[in-house]
Amino acid sequence: MKYILMMNGKKSDFEGYARWSKEDLLANVTFMRAFSKELKDSGVFVASEGLGWPNEARLVRAGAKGKPITDGIFPESKEFLAGYWIVDVENAEQAFAIAANLSQAPGAGSIKGCMPVEVRQVLSGHSDLGL
Amino acid sequence: MDGQTSDTPIELLLRELTPQVLGVVARRFRDFPSAEDAVQEALLAAFRQWPKEGIPESPRGWLIKVASRRMTDIVRSEMARREREAAIAEEEPVVEPVEEVEAEMDPEDTLILLFMCCHPALSTSSAIALTLRAVGGLTTAEIANAFLVPEATMAQRISRAKQCIRVSGVPFRAPTQQERGERLPAVLHVLYLIFSEGYASSIGSQLQRVDLAREAIRLTRSARVLLQEDTEVAGLLALMLLTDARKAARTGRDGELIPLDKQDRSLWDRIEISEGTTLLTVALSKGAVGFYQLQAAIAAVHDEAAQAQDTDWPQILALYELLQRVQPSPLVTLNHAIAVAMVQGPARGLERLKALDHDERLRGYYRLDAVRAHFFEMIGDFDKAIQHYRAAAARTTSLPELNYLITQAARLSEFRKEQSERPANTKW
Repeated sequence: MKYILMMNGKKSDFEGYARWSKEDLLANVTFMRAFSKELKDSGVFVASEGLGWPNEARLVRAGAKGKPITDGIFPESKEFLAGYWIVDVENAEQAFAIAANLSQAPGAGSIKGCMPVEVRQVLSGHSDLGL
Repeated sequence: MDGQTSDTPIELLLRELTPQVLGVVARRFRDFPSAEDAVQEALLAAFRQWPKEGIPESPRGWLIKVASRRMTDIVRSEMARREREAAIAEEEPVVEPVEEVEAEMDPEDTLILLFMCCHPALSTSSAIALTLRAVGGLTTAEIANAFLVPEATMAQRISRAKQCIRVSGVPFRAPTQQERGERLPAVLHVLYLIFSEGYASSIGSQLQRVDLAREAIRLTRSARVLLQEDTEVAGLLALMLLTDARKAARTGRDGELIPLDKQDRSLWDRIEISEGTTLLTVALSKGAVGFYQLQAAIAAVHDEAAQAQDTDWPQILALYELLQRVQPSPLVTLNHAIAVAMVQGPARGLERLKALDHDERLRGYYRLDAVRAHFFEMIGDFDKAIQHYRAAAARTTSLPELNYLITQAARLSEFRKEQSERPANTKW
């Protein structure tokens, strides 16, 4: 079963990240590298990407003749996806354990466990044999 | 979607030969994990060379020779490494000439490998991956592709599975009669999971993917040859054939799911149905009826109905009652309730479902709501049916099921709307 682990943040979180100390950034990067390696070594890794910051994010709708209308105004309270990991595991508990590990990524001031991780199941193309 | 796959005769030959070659090499070098790597390399070499140079006179001998050469390299470099590390002197590895390979063949090799790859110490996903590679002869890339994960991830899963076998010290020998009895259920479960992965995911996007259902049938066939006396192996093979027979009818032109009662039965594969039925009849006549035989028997009753309304539901009900005694589970109770509804009416079916309301094992499982929705629809309580179709849609983890369930809810809502908009004087 595949699960997506999403890290979300408000615009202010992204701005705060830009002011982290060198030491905190290094601790975070080191942690993320080790986390990624562990996912690969344990044979559960499917995909992972980090996303560009929300400053440049645009909402796009189709206008006349399908031309894009872009909109870039966001309320401060909105949460943005910062990055995601997709893992292939045997059950939800395994996905939660990986998410809890990810949540221990050191943040500003090297405080651990403050980052919530949203876990959602990825729909499969399967149907159920029902036995 | 015409069931055609791109497998070449060379690929099919290599898959057949894999367990035979691996058996010889693993026994000769007494090292299954490394032998498995060496054989995989020999297979890849054959993939590259045979299409150009032709299939060698003895393809099996060729593969054993190449794999053994590779094994010798592995053993030598391992010895060199140990010497560098100044470890304790090891005894010389056995590197015998590779002639007379036929004499080393043991017909039980496939069975030994199957029991090893489905060892209960392995996680299910590892057992599936290793079985497909070591017994099925598929490449890591093919297996990764079938499960939609990166090749590196699948390689890692296989290597961890072999590490687990190495650590647990499982010897490379035929399982004893007692071990067979104890571990056969795990082997059959792995084969069943491979089948269901292939059958259940054969909805759209099947292009360029190995047909896992067909591979599972092939592996179960070879297991059956070696375990003639076991009726559950025959039962599982029959279940696979009787289910696979409906493959062409179960999805529509746009890949949408078509439930059993709406399928075009002329598309069902008569040859598979007849083979499955024959296998099952023989197995059932031998006594000791098990889980797979009963599931196969239920599939056979569905398959022999020319039209959905001809289905012998009283017989299916009797089979589910037997199944509840042989191997009770909440899923069996759920399916039993469907048979009850078909024989005694939906109200009785709904009563049966109440027993499952507080069952932790079904918590969050969409099918309880889906079945309830069907029963309410049969009764004519469309509001409740819509509500349960939607609840099921919110719980399913499958995209085709999700589409099916919301389509059912939409169909009933539109019907309700038409009913309420119809002018009063046209009502009867």
